[in-house]
Amino acid sequence: MARMKFLCDAERCIECNGCVTACKNENEVPWGVNRRRVVTINDGIVGAEKSISVACMHCSDAPCMAVCPVDCFYRTDEGVVLHDKDLCIGCGYCFYACPFGAPQFPQAGAFGLRGKMDKCTFCAGGPEKDLSKEEFTKYGSNRLAQGKLPACAEMCSTKALLGGDGDVIADIYRQRVLKRGKGSEVWGWGTAYGKPDQKAAPAGAKS
Amino acid sequence: MTTARRLMLAGAAVLFAVGLSACGERDQVTVYKQGKYQGKPDTKPWESDPAASLYTTSKWSKGDKTSWESAVRTRSLAQNEYTRAE
Repeated sequence: MARMKFLCDAERCIECNGCVTACKNENEVPWGVNRRRVVTINDGIVGAEKSISVACMHCSDAPCMAVCPVDCFYRTDEGVVLHDKDLCIGCGYCFYACPFGAPQFPQAGAFGLRGKMDKCTFCAGGPEKDLSKEEFTKYGSNRLAQGKLPACAEMCSTKALLGGDGDVIADIYRQRVLKRGKGSEVWGWGTAYGKPDQKAAPAGAKS
Repeated sequence: MTTARRLMLAGAAVLFAVGLSACGERDQVTVYKQGKYQGKPDTKPWESDPAASLYTTSKWSKGDKTSWESAVRTRSLAQNEYTRAE
């Protein structure tokens, strides 16, 4: 069974924001909501600057699912974490729980009123009829039901962002690391896909 | 019992039933079960028709999980430029 994952290669990401644009365009994400964004660390320091594309990582043991008071989250057979917007009350608990800051809340009215949570769906739509207008309006594009991978990963010009079956993309990454002989740290994988009983990484180590 | 009387009784019974139906109460609050997904069921991606997909190169048999997984796997492998460029 496929277990869908994202992998961002910090050695390759050039901070072009192509993934962000692809996501926005593919899913017609409203203003103020960023399902995916590029984070740069050590900005301006020569040799130490690294950029990482961040979105929902569809964690194995997703904290958002654990804290949701209305249990609107579910995990598909492919390991994609999705939610039902008809149930979401926009409380924001998932935002506080998420280690990646993935849940987004559109402004739904005056005085900063929060709307229902919106996040990366791994381009897998949501609990509506596949490829229907309702599904697109609420959750965006369903590329998995079209036999495609997420738009962000497929549009990445340097192939820094890989998306798909965890085994396949890990193999691609492994081959890449062997060829270049450096940059074996996979950002976020320990947090997203590590086992719950796994010991925390030592301070200062990249996960 | 005359026919008219029977009709009247039947009519009264119907009116009584209709009148009472307004007194029924349905659950208006969702009862949440801790830790269980409460929303609508989702359809599987392999249950969609490949012909309905726009501009896709992936091919699978509708409803066949294995062929869909194989198609997505092929697509995933296309992300490896070493196998394309060498």
